[in-house]
Amino acid sequence: MSAVPDTLLYTKDHEWIAIDGDVATVGITEHAAEALGDVVFVALPNVGDSISHGAIVGEVESTKSVGEIFAPVAGEVIEANSDVVSAPDTVNADPYGAGWLIKVRFTEQPDALDAAAYRALIGE
Amino acid sequence: MSKHTPLHAAHERAGASFTDFAGYDMPVRYESDLVEHHAVRESAGMFDLSHMAEISITGAGAPDFLDYALSNRLSVLEDHQAKYSLLLNAEGGVIDDLIVYRLSPERYLIVANAANRDSAVTALVQRTAGFDVVVSDESDEWALIAVQGPHSRTIISEAGIDLPEDFDELRYYRMTTGTFNAEQVLIARTGYTGEDGYEVYVSNAQAQALWDELEASGANHGMRLCGLACRDTLRLEAGMPLYGHELSLDWTPRQAGLGRAVVAKESFVGMPALEPDPTDARVLVGLVGEGKRAPRAGYSVRSIAGDTIGEVTSGALSPTLGYPIAMAYVDPQHADVDTELVVDVRGSDVGVRVQPLPFYQRKKAAL
Repeated sequence: MSAVPDTLLYTKDHEWIAIDGDVATVGITEHAAEALGDVVFVALPNVGDSISHGAIVGEVESTKSVGEIFAPVAGEVIEANSDVVSAPDTVNADPYGAGWLIKVRFTEQPDALDAAAYRALIGE
Repeated sequence: MSKHTPLHAAHERAGASFTDFAGYDMPVRYESDLVEHHAVRESAGMFDLSHMAEISITGAGAPDFLDYALSNRLSVLEDHQAKYSLLLNAEGGVIDDLIVYRLSPERYLIVANAANRDSAVTALVQRTAGFDVVVSDESDEWALIAVQGPHSRTIISEAGIDLPEDFDELRYYRMTTGTFNAEQVLIARTGYTGEDGYEVYVSNAQAQALWDELEASGANHGMRLCGLACRDTLRLEAGMPLYGHELSLDWTPRQAGLGRAVVAKESFVGMPALEPDPTDARVLVGLVGEGKRAPRAGYSVRSIAGDTIGEVTSGALSPTLGYPIAMAYVDPQHADVDTELVVDVRGSDVGVRVQPLPFYQRKKAAL
């Protein structure tokens, strides 16, 4: 059983989104982090990058596999979490907190799943 | 429906994540593959390897049969001695890599990869014609528990197994027998981690009890339960080939750097493997990179000039060394140590350098 906080939105690509005004904070879910195993490398887009919905904007690598980070919303990257780049295991330790990846100022409302729908998606 | 080993319930209780491996539902990790990896290097780790195939060869013709059926000379083995060997096809391609133990003059145990169990048994049975020998697939009767790492001997010694007096002197690639709950267990000083360690063959009925005893003994020595994820990074650091990655029907033993496992004999299946490979045949090399992005299986390897000259077979960010390591088949003119090459890591170029295998070698103990 992995945590799926009710306060967040989710994507079918196993990312979470926290909305604050027109800014979306994005990370990967605990379910995704557990499936990857220990994260050893994170590549994030640059601040100022304009990203389109669904585009691959980064990577999360574990010893065993590679997960892509898809932009869950279109907009501009206004912050990238340098702490997870220097300490990738933060993604495993605190996926919904210190392990966030990017903040995006979005131009259209994300089309995302609520917690119940995401729980159903991952069979929990 | 995946098969379960006799230890499946123990893995579930321990909170393992599972993956399908060769038709078995096997622990991929318990908590953290990095923690498990480091535990094997620094103290000890315990693995359930009960999915692996055990094939017994019995009969007066067993030594001659093994010399014919396998790539190297097994008839020279003494009791309780082990040898790494290859099962080749008629063209010299590798059907499987395996370990052969001589239990007694007329009884040998072959341990083969789980994924190759059926092809190995089939090939061995086909080769019995004319030999006084019986090939018997005993895989479903044996559980296999590996304890690997510098503290492994102490952990085995304190697990309630009645061991021979000279257990401490058991050498690498030798085995001995012990008694656990009135049943015989086979204990081999072998492994697949690059670390000192033991592999214990036990009946399915006693597997759970032995696992529990070893876990309790290991708890005093920093031992962790370990899944297949760290087994892969451990063997990669140790430069050990994995069937399906570095070994297959398509590569000759020489290409894989295993020419030493093929010995000239009067007659054996796979004799073409003795012939030199074509001068342009790719060879297996080690690659090291900088940074954190690891080459992975299937990625192409290019020369500095930009020509595709090879392909990665395994790769990971080495937990012990902290930099990316990989194995790859490359064209021979690019295989010299220190050759600079480029790996295409999902569209971006990562510089690598050819390095001899293994990447990691433990400090040898006195024994």
